Amino acid sequence: MKTKEFKDGIWNKEINLRDFVRNNITPYHGTYKFLEQPSEKTKKLWDICKEGTKEEMSRNGVHSVDTEIISGINAFKAGYIDQKNEVIVGLQTDELLKRAMKPFGGFKVVEKALSEHGLKPNDQLSELFTKYVKSHNDGVFDAYTDEIKKYRSLGFLTGLPDNYARGRIIGDYRRIALYGISFLIETKKQDLAAITGPMTDKVIRLREEVSEQIKALKEMIEMGKQYNLDLTVPAKNAQEAVQFTYMAYLAAVKEQDGAAMSLGNVSSFLDIFIERDLQAGVITEVEAQEYIDQFVMKLRMVRHLRMEAYNDIFAGDPTWVTEAIGGMLADGRTKVTKSSFRFLHTLYNLGPSPEPNITILWSDKLPQNFKDYCAKVSIDTSSIQFENDDLMRTSRGSDDYGIACCVSYQELGKSIQFFGARTNLAKTLLLALNGGRCESTGTKIVEGIPEYIEEYLDFDTVMANFKVAMKEVARVYNDSMNIIHYMHDKYYYEKAQMSLIDTNPGINIAYGIAGLSIVADSLSAIKYAKVKPIRNEEGLTVDFKIEGDFPMYGNDDDNVDLLARMAVSEFNNELKQLPVYKDAEPTMSVLTITSNVAYGKKTGATPDGRAKGIPFAPGANPMHGRDSNGAIASLNSVAKIDYNDSKDGISNTFSIVPKSLGATEEEQIENLATTLDGYFSRNAQHLNVNVLNKEMLLDAMENPDEYPQLTIRVSGYAVNFVRLTQEQQLEVITRSFHESM
Amino acid sequence: MRVHSIESFGTHDGPGIRLVIFLQGCKLKCLYCHNPDTIETTGGKEYEIEELMEIALKMKPYFGKKGGVTVSGGEPLLQAKELIPFFKRLKEEGIHTNIDTNGRILNKFTKELLDEYVDLVMLDIKHMTEEGYEALTGMRNKETTFNFAAHREASGKNMWLRYVLIPEITSKPELLHAMGKYFKDYKTIEKIEIQPYHKLGIHKWEALGWEYKLKDARENTPEEIEIAVEILKNYFKEIKIN
Repeated sequence: MKTKEFKDGIWNKEINLRDFVRNNITPYHGTYKFLEQPSEKTKKLWDICKEGTKEEMSRNGVHSVDTEIISGINAFKAGYIDQKNEVIVGLQTDELLKRAMKPFGGFKVVEKALSEHGLKPNDQLSELFTKYVKSHNDGVFDAYTDEIKKYRSLGFLTGLPDNYARGRIIGDYRRIALYGISFLIETKKQDLAAITGPMTDKVIRLREEVSEQIKALKEMIEMGKQYNLDLTVPAKNAQEAVQFTYMAYLAAVKEQDGAAMSLGNVSSFLDIFIERDLQAGVITEVEAQEYIDQFVMKLRMVRHLRMEAYNDIFAGDPTWVTEAIGGMLADGRTKVTKSSFRFLHTLYNLGPSPEPNITILWSDKLPQNFKDYCAKVSIDTSSIQFENDDLMRTSRGSDDYGIACCVSYQELGKSIQFFGARTNLAKTLLLALNGGRCESTGTKIVEGIPEYIEEYLDFDTVMANFKVAMKEVARVYNDSMNIIHYMHDKYYYEKAQMSLIDTNPGINIAYGIAGLSIVADSLSAIKYAKVKPIRNEEGLTVDFKIEGDFPMYGNDDDNVDLLARMAVSEFNNELKQLPVYKDAEPTMSVLTITSNVAYGKKTGATPDGRAKGIPFAPGANPMHGRDSNGAIASLNSVAKIDYNDSKDGISNTFSIVPKSLGATEEEQIENLATTLDGYFSRNAQHLNVNVLNKEMLLDAMENPDEYPQLTIRVSGYAVNFVRLTQEQQLEVITRSFHESM
Repeated sequence: MRVHSIESFGTHDGPGIRLVIFLQGCKLKCLYCHNPDTIETTGGKEYEIEELMEIALKMKPYFGKKGGVTVSGGEPLLQAKELIPFFKRLKEEGIHTNIDTNGRILNKFTKELLDEYVDLVMLDIKHMTEEGYEALTGMRNKETTFNFAAHREASGKNMWLRYVLIPEITSKPELLHAMGKYFKDYKTIEKIEIQPYHKLGIHKWEALGWEYKLKDARENTPEEIEIAVEILKNYFKEIKIN
């Protein structure tokens, strides 16, 4: 039977994936009952992968590393897990789980990561990178001011991508499958020809970048050849569509080791090819699922070489292969397809897993069967997260977007973002109480804040000082960001990913804050109770005495929730005033990843009664145990943070014991889906859901071998619980687990 | 209203996600009561209707198609007169209402409340024999509960039965058959909820300085629960283990 032709549209004339999807998608409203078990081939491959990851764990988290070759799109010869069983091929290096050196972010980091495993890079390479080749990290530190270094070392700014790759950019990996690389090169060549003088910095830079992109595309053709694939032409069938999309992604993760390298939103795109082959009777459902299972398996095996200190901010060796699934089209049809289900189903066929970071774009109007299946998968695996499609689609303007890293909207192929890590807003508040000095070292950080001499803290005075501190921290933060992204473009440009994105895309810079709940509760304590700072000989606050009660963030009480909202808005407004490299649009997130533990360590006692060194709550979560009015009150508090003030995302992690969701599985599914409807109807942006018993986590700490795939959601992503440090595990366990009797 | 406590994410007291308001005070003193601190009519905290409405309205987006407000206790119908204007307000806002009761009070206030404003009654059938009822609750006259059920049936409005399953005490097959036979022709009964006995409330009895007389009772085995379900299946269209 002849396969039918795709429906034509603008996509035939220009690169326009959105138009292709819109014209050819087959929305699916049915149940999950059509799904198939993994094929024998898939099972055999997955057994090898499981064995490999077990060995990896036993070797202190790193299976093996190639210390000879600098990674690149075509740096390694073809690698296989077990070739005869692979329907989707391709590995980052020539062996499963073997990591590669990507030294352009920073050579010292590569050296350190290797030395932690008793290895060192090849001598020639060391000489090259110490004497002749400059890295992103070298460039940044050449330009950093003393002020930035001070903010950085004292912990006001943390996790900045100045010694590792920034990530966050999502290549539109679908492009190779739909158009083939030859057409992409043609288009880029035309773009390049149209970038003409006068030769300002901006024009010269863009010409150089597009030329780099063309080189990357050519390298991808060569990489394809290693696997006997002709990537120059469009995919002819479903298997090729999956394979080519994966090759595009593979090129990106061979060239870059960005902190987060999302996949985008490929499931419903691939579904168009799968549906066509199914309709033509060329493939069966078992094969369709096999493509997706094996694709996902490959994504789970992506690895980067990281040093141990990286674990403090991004715990559990994450790669953030974030795939956004579901959502609605602007014309009111759903983007849910059978392949949306197939992707979710990999969590059963291959078991729970943090990667790919499956993110459901939730809309009130999603098909009920899909909502129910998502809720079921969430309850069974705690591996997926949810984001508000209605909010993002309408406020940001496109229905063809992915999630960069954890929670951030990014229109695919049309825009990118600059990752900005985050600033410690709780520590910034302490500047306001200490005359602009760091509360732990006494170092003067900010001028213009008077020493606080009153016995009790006065809300208006503190707020006025806090605003001065925020303005200054924002200024230095912005300076650092401009330097970082300038240098990253210069020394570690993402040519593979950028070759799959329109020339001259829109850019938003993704600033972030940590410690929101601490700030909100501290301001609340100062406003509604009496707070007396206790100072050491140097006059620095070391503790606070609180007299009386005060409302705490997380209980749906406007008296404090609006203080949280205000803090977000104020800091965002400060950031918005400042000029950004490449005219990027400033946006901000309330997101911590797992750095809430590290931030806590670096922050002295706070006026909310939190002792020195205690971990912050993650993301925009209320502080552990303070959200005592139940699950909904807690959700409602977070929903009050205005997305317009924090367009890069507002992360909330919700943990509940299974029984509290309902007495039967059916009720649990229904109640979780209803909870998500409720939460997002209040314009909340993001929710991680853990449906777990604390006892199980405690047991997993004792017997990690029995829980190799136990996955839990942390701020914006998921991790293998057993890969967290003990400190991080304990922090997860002390969080509020909503429980009712 | 005298409120003992409020649960904002109730998933075990009626359909869907519910705001569950536990009122203070109950005339019974059931041996297995897991909220013995709600029994005394003194204590608790006084709430205005509008305060409760505010909480309910904040939760409304989470109620979905099935959820709503459940008033439990204690025995909520002790405060039926006060509940009337509250439930009236809830119905004005289109919120589903539910009362969890032992069904011992049937007067003009409870009748008005039930007939006009309560979408669902969950009626707790303590025991099918007079002796058993008295031993368990400390009160005589189980017929009152049956009269209450008859009134609800006559009104044609929805009802669930609830039954705490205690090995030996309420789990005997003849008791289950008796309950089934008594209610089998009721058209308003949507389902019966079996609540397997558990001891989670013991510490509350101790905290109150009261003796917990069911100390020797044990929890049901899964098989015992299965046997009860099999019996009840003969009489009720839906049986739920809660």
